[in-house]
Amino acid sequence: MVLVLQPRREPSKAMVWAAPVIAVLATLVVGALLFTALGYDGFGAVNAIFIQPLLNSNRWQDLLVKAAPLTLIATGLAVGFRANVWNIGAEGQYVFGALAATGVALVTLDMQGLWILPAMVVAGVIGGMAYASVPAFLRVRLGVNEILSSLMLNYVAVQLLFYLMRGPWRDPMGFGFPQTAMFSLDQTLPRVIPGTLIHLGVPVALAAALTMWFLMARTLAGFQVRVVGAAPNAARFAGFRETRVVWMAFLIGGGLAGMAGTFEASGPFGQMVPTFPVGYGFTAIIVAFLGRLHPLGIVAAALVLALTYVGGESAQTTVGLPAAAVGVFQAMLLFFLLGSDILVRYRLVRKGAQPKAAPAAAPASTRAVPGAAE
Amino acid sequence: MTPELAVSILMAVVATSTPLLLAALGELVVEKAGVLNLGVEGMMLIGAVTAFIVASATGVPSLGVLAAAGAAALSSMVFGYLTLTLTANQVATGLALTIFGTGVSALLGASFVGITTGTLGLVFPAGLASDPILRVLFGHSPLVYFSLLMTLAVWWFLKKSRAGLILRAVGESDSSAHSIGYRVIGVRYLAVLFGGAMAGIAGSYYSLVLTPMWAERLTAGRGWIAIALVVFAAWRPGRLLLGAYLFGAVITFELQAKAAGWSFLAPEVLTSLPYLATILVLALISSRRASARLAAPACLGKPFRASA
Amino acid sequence: MPARLELSGITKRFPGVVANENVSFSVQPGTIHALLGENGAGKSTLVKIIYGVQRADEGTVSIDGRVVDIGSPKAARALGVAMVFQHFSLFEAMTVLENIALGMDDPPPAGALEAEVRRVLDTYGLSLDPHRDVHTLSVGERQRIEIVRALLQKPKLLIMDEPTSVLTPQEVEQLFGTLRQLADSGCSILYISHKLNEIKALCASATILRGGKVVGRCDPRAETARSMAELMIGGSLKDLSNKEACTYGPERFAVSRLSAPGEPPFGTSLKDISFSVRSGEIFGIAGVAGNGQNELLAVISGERREGVSGEIRLEGRPIERLSVSDRRRAGLASVPEERNGHAAVPGMTLTENALLSARAKKGLAAKGILRFGAAKEYASAVIKAFGVKATGPGATAGSLSGGNLQKFIMGREICQEPAVLVVSQPTWGVDAGAASFIRQSMIDLVAKGAAIVVVSQDLDELLELCDRLAVLNEGRLSEPMAVQTISVERVGLLMGGVHGAHDADADAAPRAA
Repeated sequence: MVLVLQPRREPSKAMVWAAPVIAVLATLVVGALLFTALGYDGFGAVNAIFIQPLLNSNRWQDLLVKAAPLTLIATGLAVGFRANVWNIGAEGQYVFGALAATGVALVTLDMQGLWILPAMVVAGVIGGMAYASVPAFLRVRLGVNEILSSLMLNYVAVQLLFYLMRGPWRDPMGFGFPQTAMFSLDQTLPRVIPGTLIHLGVPVALAAALTMWFLMARTLAGFQVRVVGAAPNAARFAGFRETRVVWMAFLIGGGLAGMAGTFEASGPFGQMVPTFPVGYGFTAIIVAFLGRLHPLGIVAAALVLALTYVGGESAQTTVGLPAAAVGVFQAMLLFFLLGSDILVRYRLVRKGAQPKAAPAAAPASTRAVPGAAE
Repeated sequence: MTPELAVSILMAVVATSTPLLLAALGELVVEKAGVLNLGVEGMMLIGAVTAFIVASATGVPSLGVLAAAGAAALSSMVFGYLTLTLTANQVATGLALTIFGTGVSALLGASFVGITTGTLGLVFPAGLASDPILRVLFGHSPLVYFSLLMTLAVWWFLKKSRAGLILRAVGESDSSAHSIGYRVIGVRYLAVLFGGAMAGIAGSYYSLVLTPMWAERLTAGRGWIAIALVVFAAWRPGRLLLGAYLFGAVITFELQAKAAGWSFLAPEVLTSLPYLATILVLALISSRRASARLAAPACLGKPFRASA
Repeated sequence: MPARLELSGITKRFPGVVANENVSFSVQPGTIHALLGENGAGKSTLVKIIYGVQRADEGTVSIDGRVVDIGSPKAARALGVAMVFQHFSLFEAMTVLENIALGMDDPPPAGALEAEVRRVLDTYGLSLDPHRDVHTLSVGERQRIEIVRALLQKPKLLIMDEPTSVLTPQEVEQLFGTLRQLADSGCSILYISHKLNEIKALCASATILRGGKVVGRCDPRAETARSMAELMIGGSLKDLSNKEACTYGPERFAVSRLSAPGEPPFGTSLKDISFSVRSGEIFGIAGVAGNGQNELLAVISGERREGVSGEIRLEGRPIERLSVSDRRRAGLASVPEERNGHAAVPGMTLTENALLSARAKKGLAAKGILRFGAAKEYASAVIKAFGVKATGPGATAGSLSGGNLQKFIMGREICQEPAVLVVSQPTWGVDAGAASFIRQSMIDLVAKGAAIVVVSQDLDELLELCDRLAVLNEGRLSEPMAVQTISVERVGLLMGGVHGAHDADADAAPRAA
């Protein structure tokens, strides 16, 4: 039996949400086989990464803590991706935002007051926005491809981090280690559930996703983003300005990435160190796609990708899986998602089967050649 | 500046330019066929690690180069299948390929970090190397000459050959090419395959010639610079050569300045230079936006699916 | 002698629609045979099967009495079948010669090819520079590339798909000369069209398709245009209700000295355009595609404001500095040529598409929040008022047929009761029923005192609909002419860029119906 693809008349709504599930399942199966073929305990690895953290309630807080920055960044990126604005620079915006917050922290190290943490968050958000506004400006004013410019700035942000850690911002009491002083209590993100790792960033990330859901689905601004992404000419026809949407996408993406960076620095890290960037900005791209660019889908997808971080760590010790394996699983997830996406627009049928056809009651000139116009 | 220093700088420029040129030539052909493959960085890493592993295992570096081309071409087929057959978004799939290549190369290369292997030898006897002029002319890795040859070959292919005409036609208007009867998807597969092989060879240059060793993320974003070079070159092989050597010069400056220990520029600033230069160059080139739009293949990045 | 081409029992299905059902007919050697049918009747699918672009699900194709399997255009060409597409299969950024070489399976070297091309051009009296880039050529010249491409193969059967829809009347005459010359030399021609007068003038036999089936065969020379049209449509033609004579009010809309640069890379710039339209009047802008129509519409609607100079006045108020949305609020409505992706977003529902242009006038958004209930109501109202065939306001625009989507788009604008409607190609690619509905709705709108500007390549449509018209050529607009007193020859010359002697017939009395 040979299966062939046949176009659907309308995109399948069910498949939109089934595709990510298919992608996750395919990743588990193929990942297990692949790693077995590479000489690792493939099924053990899948078990350790994707199953064990779910069974162990002690790891749930880890999951939430890792999912929070992923949710924040991906929520922002999704706005851009919907508008065909390809901000690949979230990692840099995350680092730059965190550095801005760290700057505030270093200035206020000896001060006290409840205003300090909010000031850091504001600095972090503005820092992320400022860094994101470079590719936004270059695209809007000079037509520079934002994929390349935003990506290049990731490398630059990391170098800036290294420079500040090695020189100006190094803790003088730190025995020469390239890292800042520990943040004070007023600069540390409070825990929302005492005795756990769950910090304020977790509910804030959820709130951000919910807010974005409302903005995208119900407001004119969100509608503009969707129309610009789906059909730029129709956006012009509707009186929406593409440049405004590009700016909006970058500022929201950069702002949320900067906020995530601030939360990480003032929460789990408690200081700034050269190993601060752990690739959340890139993983968030996968989260955004796996979550179908939908804020609520992103929350779920962030939990799945958080699994790869949490489970990946334990798989290193339990089954001796190299840290790099996590990246392979993440990439496979995205590959399978992109591949299974075709089922949204096409259905699988047996070769030679009659297409479902109705008599040509209504002339169908635009559909006579399905898919060819795309 | 002593002649000795001048020669060594010149040699370094050629050395650092070559992988950029190789990868960018591949991407240029891919884009001329109307496909945007952002996975160059990932394919380069796959090539780099494969080359290193095969060279260490067999002791024959040239086999490593071939294996690199093959492995990276294979990975490009994942991209090809998803974007060409399943019409997935090319930007997202290219990113996925880069993430995949980064992960897979780190995984495969984990046990090879820090060791050395035989490097790709020179084509000309070492005796010639004592004369500075002969050294500048003949003292490079064989891949340097290969890259120059390929520049000429790609130029001839696109400008003069019938196959090149068809490839450009497919990138210019996939629907027209299809209605005349060309196999759009087939042509694009071949282009993607070529781009993959070239990226793989470029990667092997890092692990067998330039560095030469294996380390995670060895290529440090050079794949992205190669993609930017294609835009800079307005899809012309001649200008690509120029652009690659320009960037080779920037990278050489970075390395020389670090080696000389210049204190007025922090090493982090120097490391950032190629990335900042890329942005600067893209900004400058786009000031002539109309001509850039004319040069870009009209169907670049758009999915195509032939009607049943 | 066996038929040059014989189809028997051809059936082709697509999801949700049967494009061709049991189609059979034959074309004799050296004759020009018409394949006649409305948009969506299945003509294009049928010729794609003959040319090997698509495969039939059932049925056989025979050439010179032999059943053949045509799996690809290449196979078709090997059998002596050549085709000139309605939408040219050309490559804008390449030269004429490169384009011709691409259309051949085994082209000679460039020098020899050029000599051969020049020989064909001479034989048929066509003019074309082989070294020009395609994007610099007029539509007529582009078609010549396709024709030369086809003729170089010395075809036995030439398929012409809607070849005249983009030509000036003079270019059409020239094309017919070429085709007759070709048929006299023994080549069969399958001529696809829905233009009945052309078919009467050119073809000796015709097959009529409707809904994918053959519904008639005739000798066009023995039929009237009306009788063929009724076969094609499957019903009797309804005349448009006449506008009441002489109901012009004051000037509603005026454009003066409007200039704008062309859209890069291949656009046409607008040069010093002036015209005005009164209440109750329909003003037509004729011209061959690519002469600045899209630019003019974008500048009037406000989608393009960069580099624009000149004045646009709506009821005396200058609007050239206003944004798209502000122009809509002032009472301007526009419908661009391209439905999918410009006037509508194919992947969005009709409710969402209603939000595109009816937000302000119909209160579909308030304080930045969308009012989906109101939008759905408005979309439903448009569907009802304009008889749009759709599953409801939740259907995606892309799931509608061309005619139904166009009805929805026109309805979306007209139901807002604009003071001025500017519309491009209102019935392009639309079946006859929807087309006459759309034309009637425009006539009804001006009857209520609005003014309409119609940009169209279809001269017949403009002559039927408009009170006055002017011709757009290379971004310049001719003097307006009263339709009543117009000569088609003169319009044709203007469309072809011949600006001859002025016979000042602007602002004549309304056309008597």
